Amino acid sequence: MENHYEEIQEMLSRVDGYIYPNELELHWGILVVVYPYITGLVAGAFILASLERVFNVKVLKPTYHIALLTALAFLLTAGLPLISHLSQPLRAFEIMVTPNPTSAMAVFGFVYLWYLMIVLILEIWFDYRKDMVIWSQEKKGPLKWIYKILSLGITDLSPKSIKWDKKIGYFITVVGIPSAFILHGYVGFIFGSIKANPWWSSVLMPVIFLFSAMVSGIALVMIVYMIVSFIRKVKVDIEVLDTIMKYLFYILILDFTLESLDQMHRIYEAEESFEIISMLVNGKLSLTLGVIQIFLGTIVPLLTLGLFQFYKPAEKIRKWVYFILGFLILIGIFFMRWNVVIGGQLFSKSFYGFTSFKLQLVGIEGLGMAILWMVLPIFILAFLLWLLPPWKRAED
Amino acid sequence: MGTKESRSSRREFLKSVSAVTGLTVASLVASPFNAVLIASEPKGETGPWYGYGIDIEKCIGCGRCANACKAENNVPDKSFFFRTWIEQYTIGNDGSIQIESPNGGMDGFKQKLPDEDIFKSFFVPKMCNHCHKSPCVQVCPVGATYDSPEGIVLVDDAYCIGCRYCVQSCPYGCRYIHPEKKVVDKCSLCYHRIKKGMNPACIDVCPTGSRIFGDLRDKDGELVEFLRTHNCQVLKPHLNTGSKLYYNALSAEVR
Repeated sequence: MENHYEEIQEMLSRVDGYIYPNELELHWGILVVVYPYITGLVAGAFILASLERVFNVKVLKPTYHIALLTALAFLLTAGLPLISHLSQPLRAFEIMVTPNPTSAMAVFGFVYLWYLMIVLILEIWFDYRKDMVIWSQEKKGPLKWIYKILSLGITDLSPKSIKWDKKIGYFITVVGIPSAFILHGYVGFIFGSIKANPWWSSVLMPVIFLFSAMVSGIALVMIVYMIVSFIRKVKVDIEVLDTIMKYLFYILILDFTLESLDQMHRIYEAEESFEIISMLVNGKLSLTLGVIQIFLGTIVPLLTLGLFQFYKPAEKIRKWVYFILGFLILIGIFFMRWNVVIGGQLFSKSFYGFTSFKLQLVGIEGLGMAILWMVLPIFILAFLLWLLPPWKRAED
Repeated sequence: MGTKESRSSRREFLKSVSAVTGLTVASLVASPFNAVLIASEPKGETGPWYGYGIDIEKCIGCGRCANACKAENNVPDKSFFFRTWIEQYTIGNDGSIQIESPNGGMDGFKQKLPDEDIFKSFFVPKMCNHCHKSPCVQVCPVGATYDSPEGIVLVDDAYCIGCRYCVQSCPYGCRYIHPEKKVVDKCSLCYHRIKKGMNPACIDVCPTGSRIFGDLRDKDGELVEFLRTHNCQVLKPHLNTGSKLYYNALSAEVR
């Protein structure tokens, strides 16, 4: 009983004003922040790849396969934070077996599988089939067999079959663009469709999620490209970076405009929930929203990239600035997810009070777990880059 | 040549289009404009369709309902898990508002503000609204939360995956994750009791009769009578959840 008393005292000390008793426990923690962040990286990386392939931005060729493999590495782990945060993780498969058609979340399994199996894996397979056949002939030992198995034994290297590989690959990319939009737009819808929560409930939520996804995915691929080049001791192509940053600049403008529009709309309409939300934004979210997401993650990159449109410093400086901006953007978008997911749970649905979020270091919902799910895809990516090195592909 | 024919077939076409449009519009318009209260009762079904009334004017904040609920339904004995709880609203003469629910009101309340400073004060028992268009049923990814034929929102313990999406979607804060069962838990209107013809536990223990449970289809029943004779309102009506928890004398401050 004494323990219980202390527990309650500790929990109540986190409350300001009045919250419903059942709201004392915060239900979606850092893992639910990580999940939309990772899915966003996937969607964004894929969009960058499609820029090269469908929209013919040839300069971006060196990043094309890196972008696809990055998308795959992160998609393979995207579902794990979600499953591990369930109270009954062993029942997760029920979402696939008996999905409730009115639930936005139930679509998850299907969108995820569609994207993983149909879009990403197929596209990468068609892209690499020729190379896998060649590598299976060149390599020795187990690798030879691995490539043989991966190529599914389809060893036809005639110009006609290679032409077909390309055609189908192109077709999949075209299908992949709306799929990437759906994959992440739907994540935004999960939050945007909750009418009980005025901080989430917004028709713009899926669009904002989508654009912020593109911003983060593109920034990630650029950083991966720079690090891979550094490890391979190859010179980074500044033209590639300039082009990536140009697109990043445009999309960041759109993203920022949409988010500002959303906020202006809230401020101008000033509905019932306005007071509590303005207290939230100016209080508990002032650091993560005002400083990290808006200032460091958006304004600083926007101003710097805007300046670069008129004045371009030397190559070396530009590279470093891009590298730093890439990280700032990645951190900014992470906190955008944080501000949505955690921010939306900090105020009571009675609109009369706040609770606060205490991040635990260990445990299923802890920081350690979140870091694990963020680091795991990086290792998978390293493995994929080793197994399917884009720079060792035969010339087309 | 052929103009007459095409004109007449055009007329026929327009006729059928306008008929179809008219019917569609009529059917769209007709159903949603029911009265708010007994509004959206599913048609063509028989048997009881339960709702719940709370008379705020009668509630004295004794907390017996919350106690009975915890005992009856094995709700964890901690002050942040409740199927039903009571809130005390105190509005001061200076316009300030104080809302409290110490231990969900299970141990009763103490008024902290001196009488002369109080503009008004009242108790509001809260519980699941058993919404007819329930957001929690809508969002549950596996259908573990569902409407019973009697209009009661229930949870299938053996099926809930614990994603907590329903907790997020409930505008009234009526759901929690049961720490031992590791699935979501909420008011079931004591389904196990009402199936045996008994009342929900909270109804039986209320000393003032401020809680009313009944069948909305029974036009001579206690609940329908309560709705007829009182000026009732539901919580957060703008969210259109089809709430079937009706409050008499609900003040605008209550959310």
